[in-house]
Amino acid sequence: METIINTANGIAAKAVQMARPKVVAAYPITPQTVVVEAIAKHVETGELDAEFICVESEHSAMAATIAASATGVRTFTATSSHGLLLMHEMVHWAALARLPVVMVNVNRTVGPGWNIWADNNDSMSQRDTGWMQVHCASNQEVFDSIIQAYKLAEDGRVQLPIMVNYDGFILSHTSMPVDIPSQAEIDAFLPERVPCWSIDPKNPVSHGNLVPPEYYMEHRASMQNAHMAAKELFPKLANEWKEKFGIYHGGLIEDYKLDGAEYVIVTLGTLGAEAKVSVDELRKAGHKVGLARIRMFRPFPAEEILRIAKGRKSLVVIDRNISPGYEGVTFTETKSVLYGNSNVPVYGYIAGLGGRDVTYKHIIDIAMEAVNGKASPDVTKWWGLKENEVIS
Amino acid sequence: MSKETLEIRFHGRGGQGAVTAANLLAAAALKAGNRGVQAFPHFGAERRGAPVKAFARISDSEVNLRSQIYDPNIIVVLDAGLMDIIDITEGAKKETVIIINTPAKPQDFEFSKTYRVATVDATGIAIKYNLLLSGIPIINTPILGALPHFTERVGMEHIIGAIKERFRGEAGEANANAANDTYKATEVNS
Repeated sequence: METIINTANGIAAKAVQMARPKVVAAYPITPQTVVVEAIAKHVETGELDAEFICVESEHSAMAATIAASATGVRTFTATSSHGLLLMHEMVHWAALARLPVVMVNVNRTVGPGWNIWADNNDSMSQRDTGWMQVHCASNQEVFDSIIQAYKLAEDGRVQLPIMVNYDGFILSHTSMPVDIPSQAEIDAFLPERVPCWSIDPKNPVSHGNLVPPEYYMEHRASMQNAHMAAKELFPKLANEWKEKFGIYHGGLIEDYKLDGAEYVIVTLGTLGAEAKVSVDELRKAGHKVGLARIRMFRPFPAEEILRIAKGRKSLVVIDRNISPGYEGVTFTETKSVLYGNSNVPVYGYIAGLGGRDVTYKHIIDIAMEAVNGKASPDVTKWWGLKENEVIS
Repeated sequence: MSKETLEIRFHGRGGQGAVTAANLLAAAALKAGNRGVQAFPHFGAERRGAPVKAFARISDSEVNLRSQIYDPNIIVVLDAGLMDIIDITEGAKKETVIIINTPAKPQDFEFSKTYRVATVDATGIAIKYNLLLSGIPIINTPILGALPHFTERVGMEHIIGAIKERFRGEAGEANANAANDTYKATEVNS
């Protein structure tokens, strides 16, 4: 194991290099990140034996990745924010074609107002495309998740694309140490892709053809089953990684100081790292607060949410996103799991939109609203809002 | 939060390499055996010549903080001219150390009555070793030589190691020598 220090973008490129994809397609202009620039370098120096296709838009990047994946090879692309949104049609396509594409998405705000900083509204808007979604809180988790993502996506029971998300700037531009296994160890964990089927000019088949109403629903139901299979498989992969390399970030959810916790903070991404510091401080002050950091957002860890809710006084969900006209997306999802299964109240907070800094002190203040019985279950509360600058 | 985590803020101008300085410090701190290190830019749109900030955190254990730094233990000023336009003491406490690249002395600064101030002419040292990029002195590597005076978490050997890993051959030697000169030439108010 070698320890290197780099930004999450550099680490993502390193993980992709070690996963040995055969085709990487990307659009290299804003809002693209350094990820594809670093991969292009790995290809140029011969460290990665892959075809790098420089396309003219993100829509084309995903189209090219889909076509390459259909030939049976391992593929990769990376995007961010508006780039992901431009891909949208092809994002659906990759999932319904059941292709195990791995994509990094650096979570950045959608404009206007033009803003390059972190929030999750870009990936949340792709929630219903059929992609699996993982959210990372450290550079180590970015590395580990990308390798694990390939193994999960390519599993015969899954055959679905997966989006590995991490927060723009907060991780993408932050250098942290990461333990890197050897190439031989990675190869042993992640052997070459064995496709269930592939396009082969020597044996032509028709793919992506008309599926009439008599069959389409079955196609969707099969995809749903694949998601359920992924939900079982992902924690097993996390455990396999732990046994092999001694590194563990949790399964579908990372538990932090949940033993004896009366109140549980639920969040995802880097808010879930910062919140650990908040929980440490709250515990020191005698408040029984724990943390559940959602790692896998799709498939949604419903059973895990029920487990962490059991016996608590309340859950406090913090979203760095909003579904306009309703509330934070994770807030909605969490409540839907508990409906009919639990009477534990759930409080929703929206914080950190457009990259507004959320500190451990803010998260302490949010948790203390629940502890002090001042939180309201009825409305989503905007945290740190300058009320006088909001148009009513 | 207990201050087991050392927090450092760099002030520079876009193009002066404040981010590289933070990255090199983090790499040096990792060499020194600190498991928790972080380096990151101020999350903004950087422009050449404009005031920029970069940050580093150093800790024995994994750093879970992801927010920006508001009350640094050490403030490093790469360009003394910045002090006319921004308040570099923002968030400083009595025990905060402020390291300034300047030919002036610590007592020449009014705030040296409040904070610990260290000065060193890193620009002069950069010129001495011909560390120039497009004719502009490179000060981000030399200035790192001042830091081991104020923390036990990073030694000069780790700073030199990180510099030589980043810059190979003659460039590495020149940068390392400049950092060593900075270490020797740093003056502190009492």
